[in-house]
Amino acid sequence: MVRDRKQNRVIEESPLGPIDGCHGRRRGDPIVWQSQGSLASRRHFMCTAGAATLTMAPLAAFADPIVKLPLPGGPDERPITTAFPQKGALILQRTRPPLLETPFEVFDRSVFTPNDQFYVRWHLALIPTTVDPNSFRIAVRGHVNRNLSLSLDDLMAFPQVELVAINQCSGNSRGYFQPRVPGGEWSNGAMGNARWTGVRLKDVLDRAGVKAGAVQVRFNGMDEPVVSDAPDFMKSLDIDHARNGEVMLAYAMNGEQLPLLNGFPLRLIVPGWYSTYWVKMLNDIEVLDQPDTNYWTKTAYTIPDTPRADIRPGETDVKFVPISRMVPRSFITNIKEGDTLQVGASTLARGIAFGGDSGVSRVDFSSDGGKSWQAAALGTDEGKYSFRQWQLRFTPPTKGNQVLMVRCTSSSGEAQPDTPNWNPSGFMRNVIERTAVVVA
Amino acid sequence: MTRALLPIALVVGVAFAPVCARAESQLSLKSVSVDLPPGDDMFPNGPGADAINNNCLACHSADMVLNQPALPMTQWHAEVDKMRTAYKAPIDPKDVDGILDYLFSIKGEK
Repeated sequence: MVRDRKQNRVIEESPLGPIDGCHGRRRGDPIVWQSQGSLASRRHFMCTAGAATLTMAPLAAFADPIVKLPLPGGPDERPITTAFPQKGALILQRTRPPLLETPFEVFDRSVFTPNDQFYVRWHLALIPTTVDPNSFRIAVRGHVNRNLSLSLDDLMAFPQVELVAINQCSGNSRGYFQPRVPGGEWSNGAMGNARWTGVRLKDVLDRAGVKAGAVQVRFNGMDEPVVSDAPDFMKSLDIDHARNGEVMLAYAMNGEQLPLLNGFPLRLIVPGWYSTYWVKMLNDIEVLDQPDTNYWTKTAYTIPDTPRADIRPGETDVKFVPISRMVPRSFITNIKEGDTLQVGASTLARGIAFGGDSGVSRVDFSSDGGKSWQAAALGTDEGKYSFRQWQLRFTPPTKGNQVLMVRCTSSSGEAQPDTPNWNPSGFMRNVIERTAVVVA
Repeated sequence: MTRALLPIALVVGVAFAPVCARAESQLSLKSVSVDLPPGDDMFPNGPGADAINNNCLACHSADMVLNQPALPMTQWHAEVDKMRTAYKAPIDPKDVDGILDYLFSIKGEK
């Protein structure tokens, strides 16, 4: 299992070793565009029911190929696509590299997001399209006593752990920032919750033997930039975080191997932190004795070092720091903007909440635009990093326009704010959601 | 059906603690080979369309740009600059003005 330095270097130089296909092209290459996968092959790869997916309702048929996202100022129309391998109906935000959003109704069906509708976000367009788990190796190297090159079988020999955790894009809900900001113009579906199975990063690092003086651990996946001198996508965690026993290398998601677009065969799981750290197709772990200065860790994905990452548009002289932990959010999933509710009728409101990097303490609901609040009943606790379902019944007292609101308070006492935050990257939105309805 | 969701989730939840070591899984990972949609649609016609088609589509599909909100010219300038400096986009300098003309014509905050 312990490889000598020379073999390890080979892995560094050929990160695409077992890979023989790529998405995208390099500038100047002859353009040979791939055809889309056949429906039959997509069906073959669609998630077969595992323990968690058995609870899912059958997939809805999306007759309408266009979804309207109520983004202020627009554009508000996006196609619903079924053209991506191992994936069902998703909102198409960008074809290449793929940005695919989970349709919001999926979150009403279960706290577990099915693999075939789990959102997708890639930064770089050269994505391996063929991955052989038998020839896959992950390198562990750098400031360690022994360089490792581990097969998936080697990894599976470590103690197996499971964890339910939310993966949320830093820019989830960016499309609702006002003034609007450039980037992936997501509605609220750049998030998902899954049961991850794999091994502790700590156990793998211990096998390599972290040397004294290590400060960070850097993670790299098999994706590559089209322009060869563009920064490769890598992220780093502080050494103590990497060794906290919760950060995982996952080879299964909801009881199945990961869809390729969610990082097959191996993905870093950083519970409670934004998805930017959850490196996909992870094949290189480098222990550093100096802080990482690479673009994606130091420069990209930074937020104002202010409460709630909130600044005024145009504000200058702001210190920016890398984004890190998530913050509480909650959503109504069974009542949509513009729905009509019946006056005087007992009405069910239901949804999901999460605490960020701690659990859900309480969820409060208002059916009168925030004048009064009532506590919702909470569903099963799948762990502090999971979505938690909430529900309650209420009776709309009078006819007219009304605003429904839902507010999560985390188990560390952090509540969602009344007013939205703003920053130039559109990160960390967690304002109390408002759903306008008509009572008739 | 919808009211049954919480009780069903409860049954599943009992079976798994949040983090727990379990018996070795029977999971056997299978080789995957897929095709991804090419995303090679060109930008709609407009002033500077040739410049944006020639310089921007190597790294990303056009829909990313077409889904952006209207932004001020200074911000479009910053975006193109970020593509050139941070992401090393090999944009021909003589095409920068054409790209900006196009972006502002379709997505300019006027």
